[in-house]
Amino acid sequence: MPDLPGYRRPYPGTQPNYLHPPYVSSIKRAPSRPLVYLPHTLSEVTGPLFDSSVLDRKACDLTRQHHGEPLGERIIVSGRVLDENGRPVPGTLIELWQANAAGRYLHKVDQHDAPLDPNFTGCGHTLTDSNGHYRFVTIRPGEYPWKNHYNAWRPAHIHFSLFGPAFATRLVTQMYFPGDPLLPFDPIFNCTADEKARNRLISVFDWETTMPEHALGYWFDIVLSGRHATPWEK
Amino acid sequence: MSLQATTSQTVGPFFLIGLERLFVDNLAGPEASGERVEIEGRVLDADGQGVPDAMLELWQANAQGKYAHPEDTQAKNVEPGFRGYGRVPTARDGTFRFTTIKPGRVPGPEGKLQAPHIVVSVFMRGLLRRLITRIYFPDDPANSEDFALNLVELGRWGTLVARKSTKRDDLLEWNVVLQGSDETVFFDC
Repeated sequence: MPDLPGYRRPYPGTQPNYLHPPYVSSIKRAPSRPLVYLPHTLSEVTGPLFDSSVLDRKACDLTRQHHGEPLGERIIVSGRVLDENGRPVPGTLIELWQANAAGRYLHKVDQHDAPLDPNFTGCGHTLTDSNGHYRFVTIRPGEYPWKNHYNAWRPAHIHFSLFGPAFATRLVTQMYFPGDPLLPFDPIFNCTADEKARNRLISVFDWETTMPEHALGYWFDIVLSGRHATPWEK
Repeated sequence: MSLQATTSQTVGPFFLIGLERLFVDNLAGPEASGERVEIEGRVLDADGQGVPDAMLELWQANAQGKYAHPEDTQAKNVEPGFRGYGRVPTARDGTFRFTTIKPGRVPGPEGKLQAPHIVVSVFMRGLLRRLITRIYFPDDPANSEDFALNLVELGRWGTLVARKSTKRDDLLEWNVVLQGSDETVFFDC
C-alpha cells in the first residue's frame, strides 16, 4: 500500500493544554512529560464507522423519549459538520448528552439539589446527512454548580461526541449558548489561548431553524481535522 | 477554504449518559479468527489513585492485519462481525478490561509493517483533550523494528507493551499512568 496522507494538526492556541490549572481536575490527570510526535499511519487514518444500523430514530428528539413532555424550554439544535478544508462530513455519528432544564444530570454521581425530570433522559444521537447536516430537538439545559472553586457554576452547555472518518478526527466538545453570563468565569470554556477558537463553541441564535409557536433554533457548526492533500505531512 | 478544528472539551463526569450505549468490551465475536486475549488494567492519577470516571476507546485491525475501513486497500478480507472498535469505562477503583483478538501487522511508513498494536483514546473528567497511546503485545519479535516504538526511548517501552499476567495465559495487563516515573507514553497524533 502507498503511504497515505495524514490529517492536519491543530492551529496553535486553538486546542487546550492538558494542564490547565484553573480547571483543578487537570492538575493530577494531565501528563507531565512531552507527548511523542507520531506521524499518521493506516492505524490513525482509519477508524470506526457507524451506519444507520446503530441508530434509534427517536434519539434525535430528546423531548419524545418518554410518555410525557420534559419540563423546560424546547429548542432545536442544528448545524453542519465540516472538515478544515470546508467539506461536509456526511454520515458521521454524533452522540450528545446534557443536564435537564433544572441543571441536573440523570447520573448517580450528580448530587446537585435540583429535581430530576421523569420525562427527560438527556441523551441523543444521530448521523449527519449527505450534506453534513444534523438536527436535534431538546430542551435548554440548566446551569449547575460544581466544586472547582468557590461559587463555581457551569454555563449552560450540551456535550457533543463525534467520530468523523478516522481515529485522527475523533472529537469531544461542548456547545454553549449566546449571552450566557457565566461564560467569562468558566475555566473549561476558557481553556484556549485563542479567544476566537473558544467563541466558536458558542452556538448562534438562528431564525431560519426557529419554528413558529414551537421552539427557538440554535445553530452550531463543528469542524473536524482536515486531510492533507499530499502524502506524509512530515 | 480553510477552517480550524473545533476546540476539544472534557467529557466531564457524566459521559455515561451519552456514551454508554456504544460501550463494547468484547471486540471479537465468536466468528472472528485469531488469538483471543483479554486485557485488563487500571487508569492511575498523579497520586497513584485509580481514576473511577475514565473511558478508553480502542481501534484495531483484524488478525490478518486489515482494518474494517475503506482507506485500508490491502488485498485482505474484512471479517463479518469484526469491526475492531471498543469502548470501556473504568470501575470505581480505576480498573478496566476488554476481550479481543491479537491484531495482525498493518503497514506503516515506507511500506514497512508495524508490530501488532491497538490504538487507544483516553477520556476523563480533568482531560480537556483525549490522550492517545498504543498497546503492543509482549514477546512479539516485530516490536523491536516497529516505527512508533522506535520514536520512544527504550526505557519507556514498558508503558506501551502489555505484560503477561501470572493469573492466566490469555490475560494481559496494561495500565494507563497519567503522571510520574512510570508515566505512560502519550502520542501527539
